[in-house]
Amino acid sequence: MPYLELKNVSKSFGVSHVLKDINLSVDKGEFVAIVGFSGAGKTTLISLIAGLLKTDRGTLTLNDLEITEPGPDRGIVFQNYSLLPWLTVFENILLAVDQVNPNWSRDKKREHVEKYIAMVNLTPARDKKPSELSGGMRQRVSVARALAMDPQILLLDEPLSALDALTRATLQDEISRIWQEDKKTVLMITNDPDEGILLADRIIPLSAGPGATLGPSITVDLPRPRDRKAINHEPRFKEIRREIIEFLLNSKGDQHATLTKKLVLPDIEPEDLSLPRSALGGRTKPIRRREIKEVEVNA
Amino acid sequence: MSHYLAIDNLTKIYPTPKGPAIIVKDFNLRIKKGEFVCLIGHSGCGKSTVLSMVAGLNDITSGGIILAGKELVGPGPDRGIVFQSPCLLPWLTAFENVMLGIDQVFFTADKSERRQIAEYYLSVVGLADAMHKRPAELSQGMRQRVGIARAFALSPKMLLLDEPFGMLDSLTRFELQQVLIDLWSKDHKTALMVTHDVDEALFLADRIVMMTNGPEAEVGDILEVPFPRPRDRKAVLEDRDYYRLREYLITFLEERAHHKRPKEKLDLPPPPSSTRGKAMKVLLTPV
Repeated sequence: MPYLELKNVSKSFGVSHVLKDINLSVDKGEFVAIVGFSGAGKTTLISLIAGLLKTDRGTLTLNDLEITEPGPDRGIVFQNYSLLPWLTVFENILLAVDQVNPNWSRDKKREHVEKYIAMVNLTPARDKKPSELSGGMRQRVSVARALAMDPQILLLDEPLSALDALTRATLQDEISRIWQEDKKTVLMITNDPDEGILLADRIIPLSAGPGATLGPSITVDLPRPRDRKAINHEPRFKEIRREIIEFLLNSKGDQHATLTKKLVLPDIEPEDLSLPRSALGGRTKPIRRREIKEVEVNA
Repeated sequence: MSHYLAIDNLTKIYPTPKGPAIIVKDFNLRIKKGEFVCLIGHSGCGKSTVLSMVAGLNDITSGGIILAGKELVGPGPDRGIVFQSPCLLPWLTAFENVMLGIDQVFFTADKSERRQIAEYYLSVVGLADAMHKRPAELSQGMRQRVGIARAFALSPKMLLLDEPFGMLDSLTRFELQQVLIDLWSKDHKTALMVTHDVDEALFLADRIVMMTNGPEAEVGDILEVPFPRPRDRKAVLEDRDYYRLREYLITFLEERAHHKRPKEKLDLPPPPSSTRGKAMKVLLTPV
């Protein structure tokens, strides 16, 4: 019994068809990664599941209920953090908890928020505002906020693409650890195949748009916890990696521009602009490569 | 002459209120004609500083650089540069942006030939249908294609590439690496490229120069990349040596990173890449 299910979902904006016949089912407690090119429609897909957009055709269900509008049962982490700049880390997360559990006592809410701040290792920065935090720390707040709502499913929309390689690696490890503690159902969208393989149970490529659709699902049957370095030795890792990259590159393969004109590259040499014009010695035409002769000089 | 580019004891020191900051110290490198060399290291290690000194965009504190038997002083069109962001003039079309440099270095050629050069390179990078569009109408990846075409169109003595694909997503990056290597294979232009992407370096380079973390960055280790050319991504990924070399590079990068990280309970991320090469203050809150 799939937990999240998408059946023949299609979405167009005006005349541009973004998604076509998307079929996806995610089981409870599963971590699924969708990998695709930027511009393929990854964010459109997440927005549909989040209820921020409506489908043209097809149905989306979460836990047997049809998705028609946004709701706190789906926690979202956006690429650009989306924190309120005038609130501290604690207040940003409290805002979400207040919405979902308005009847809790103040102490219970505080305890709950602090638990999630600790989970993402931000306790020392509890009372800081977003502008005082680095990109990686802001994204941790965003992750903590999504988790603190205790959603049925966590939607991650390229959560780490705005970060540099090292911070990215640190946060990948952290997401992996938190997922193992929490065992939430997670759907992550990414443009980095390695990230998908490192974190997910299953990885599904999204073909290049327009009319993007999901490719074959690949089970990442590598033991956890996965070590970024050791994984390089796994033949299965290489196989998965190759399969995904091949699918994605092939889906984009036949988009080359048509040449209607025969191309000519003149065989002329550039002029040395560091020399004065007088160095040309009255020459008004460029030097052709075929005129250059190699001459042996005895020094 | 066996070395086409020779970098000797290159040093860069910035004066700061707290005394001189040594960014790069005694950096030595020899590149043969037709060789493709990648400089790899962490953000802030000084690799872009080295490249910008070779480009002549940054003054050299001491040491020297010789290209094709001539000492380099200042920037010039004999070095084609591809920047991280393509730096196109927004009011000119892709074609006009490329023509700008061509008109300078091919001033003795007639107009039709100059246009042929621009059309040739823009078509080869896959922009045959989009060459008369302005940068605002192009995607990030297409803009970077213009940047690549512009660098090659000048027929420079060598190519300098400063993390040219750093701002692109990893799949667009694969595509553009192919565009770059296809173009490069035509005449094996000597190239020096800065990157922090291990896979990119392994796919493109003949040699990978690993830099130690700054300050006082220098050459830490050099790796020869044995894959035969022309390279096919599939074949490279399947090569028995690929993952061994990949791990070697990652280990180098990770170990240098650990050296630098303060043993704080709060795991501070490294400074964002935009502050690369600049001195900065970091506030540490006691835990």
